[in-house]
Amino acid sequence: MRRAEIRRNWLLATPALILLLAAASGPLLIAVVYSVLEPGDYSGVVWKLSGEGWFRVLFNRDIFDDTVSLADAHLTIFWRSASLSLMTTFFTLLLGFPTAYFIATRPLRQRMLWLFLVTIPFWTNLLIRTFAIMEVIRNEGIANSTLMALGLIDAPIQMLYTDASVLAGMVYVYLPLMVLPLYASLDRLDFRLVEAAYDLYASRIAVLRRVIIPLVKPGIVAGSILVFIPSLGAYVTPRVLGGGKNMMISNLIELQFGEGRNWPLGAALSITLLAFVMVALIFYVRNMAGEQRNG
Amino acid sequence: MRERTGSIEEPTENGDATARRPMVEARSVSKVFGSGDSELRALDAVSVTIREGEFFTLLGPSGCGKTTLLRMIAGFEHPSDGAILLDGADISGLPPYRRPVNTVFQSYALFPHLTVAGNIAFGLEMLGRPAAEVADTVERMLRMVRMEAMRDRLTSQISGGQQQRVALARALAPQPKVLLLDEPLSALDLKLRKEMQIELKRLQTETGITFVFVTHDQEEALTMSDRIAVMRDGQILQIGSPHEIYERPADHFVASFIGETNFLAATVETRTGERGRIRLPGGLVAETDLFESMAPGDAVAAVIRPEHLRVQPAGSGSGLAATVATIVYLGTDTQYHLRLESGEMLVARVQNGPSGSPGLADGAAVEASFAPTAVRVLRD
Repeated sequence: MRRAEIRRNWLLATPALILLLAAASGPLLIAVVYSVLEPGDYSGVVWKLSGEGWFRVLFNRDIFDDTVSLADAHLTIFWRSASLSLMTTFFTLLLGFPTAYFIATRPLRQRMLWLFLVTIPFWTNLLIRTFAIMEVIRNEGIANSTLMALGLIDAPIQMLYTDASVLAGMVYVYLPLMVLPLYASLDRLDFRLVEAAYDLYASRIAVLRRVIIPLVKPGIVAGSILVFIPSLGAYVTPRVLGGGKNMMISNLIELQFGEGRNWPLGAALSITLLAFVMVALIFYVRNMAGEQRNG
Repeated sequence: MRERTGSIEEPTENGDATARRPMVEARSVSKVFGSGDSELRALDAVSVTIREGEFFTLLGPSGCGKTTLLRMIAGFEHPSDGAILLDGADISGLPPYRRPVNTVFQSYALFPHLTVAGNIAFGLEMLGRPAAEVADTVERMLRMVRMEAMRDRLTSQISGGQQQRVALARALAPQPKVLLLDEPLSALDLKLRKEMQIELKRLQTETGITFVFVTHDQEEALTMSDRIAVMRDGQILQIGSPHEIYERPADHFVASFIGETNFLAATVETRTGERGRIRLPGGLVAETDLFESMAPGDAVAAVIRPEHLRVQPAGSGSGLAATVATIVYLGTDTQYHLRLESGEMLVARVQNGPSGSPGLADGAAVEASFAPTAVRVLRD
């Protein structure tokens, strides 16, 4: 490419770059700075350097005798965030793979219709969809009243405000993000290779394990990342379906900036979340680079 | 039309082929795709017997059903009617992975995530062969197709010709009873294709495996096959050795599909037993084998191959009078497009001698002559 052309392309990208830089690095910088200041009495920060915010991410200091203990509540929330996100990824993959395979093996004209159907949930606001789920699974909701009307249960089952309801909600919300990249990969898959594998004595399971999965791995990894990262930072779903006690990291962060009135801790938690995401992304990038090397 | 299929099957020159046991049998196999108005009959009650160790070719234009028949032997399609037998056993209901049959695909269909060696090992691993045996066989196969140096390459890192050889090695590694080849040479350039034709023939002789080869390229079929089945519109028109198919085509389609042919309208004059005299345009007479139905007075189609025609300047006597319409120089020989007095066109192919082509120009008056034995009649 000629130098003038390169310069022109940079120029074209400049507005977007400035926006990204300002919108991403600005708040990030603020978060970093706030995380090392002291909390103000009613909110905000006091401009005095302190490591307390970071300290409180993992530890508690007793208000009376200053004894230090592990912040169990935080660790539980971290663990719940990580495990719920991993489980969400796992279940979306489990449900999304057959769906994507089904779509990719339809005649071309039908595929567009199926893909369109997959994207329909995006048309409605996440909050509304989440409240809709709540309406279905709450104690007086459709699911429980139907089961009771059928005489299958005597008392409503507690479905809402459990880890399971959060998981179900997240699987529902993020499923399309898994299906779409998986479909893109399966769509590129040369089904003649599947035929060749059958010809070479591979059973159905062997074909899936030895040919299809290795070939659509980029789609599996992309879908997993697309689901795992927003799951980790999920706010609405655990807030609505998990109630107050089944918090995830985002809810904890919100708590610190709100009722908790501990902005430095909230900022430090945000950066912790960011670190989790970075780890996931590094895994992704390395995996992709590996794929590229292998052709 | 159908009952003919059996009757044309004549003993091949290589006599022991008839003695060999049947390896693949199609018994009045039909295949119908779709239904109602969009119904497509890809195969129409096709019967054929392929013998052990044979290089058998299914030859025909695209859409003739040759690939459908091949895919049925592989197990990718199932007959709508009839049965496929392998080594005496009915395999019609078996999935591809339960058939001791392997395929070399037109697209090669090599696994892009595996190395050359990994591709060759695939079938053996799926069969659960012990690792040592797999490694042994892979080495042997790599040597056989001369790809030892490429063992650890990914299949995207080797040339088309090399991919072709890997596809062959992969399909041969599990030592199938039958190797199916679906136009495997069509993606190669001419020179490579010629080399691979010889290579394929060598591999077939070395391994003794029955090869079933699908192609639309008549030259390829003639070069490699022990026997050829010429197909059209879901039916087999003729089965025979390359020599039989070329020299004694059963009908108009076979004659025109295999090599170049001149068709002439002729009349049967006399008949004695199997043979008879026919009268060609311009009053020429030739003696040839006749089909049972033909009687004196019948109008028949006679064929004569362009290389069996001689072209001489007019006035030499015996021959069809014609004028030269076009001359096409082809290197080894020259093609003369001749216009007969009746308006019919005739193609003659004359080999170029050391002194080049005979000096005839467009528009020259010539005579096309031929040996009386060079003419054949077709069933009409």
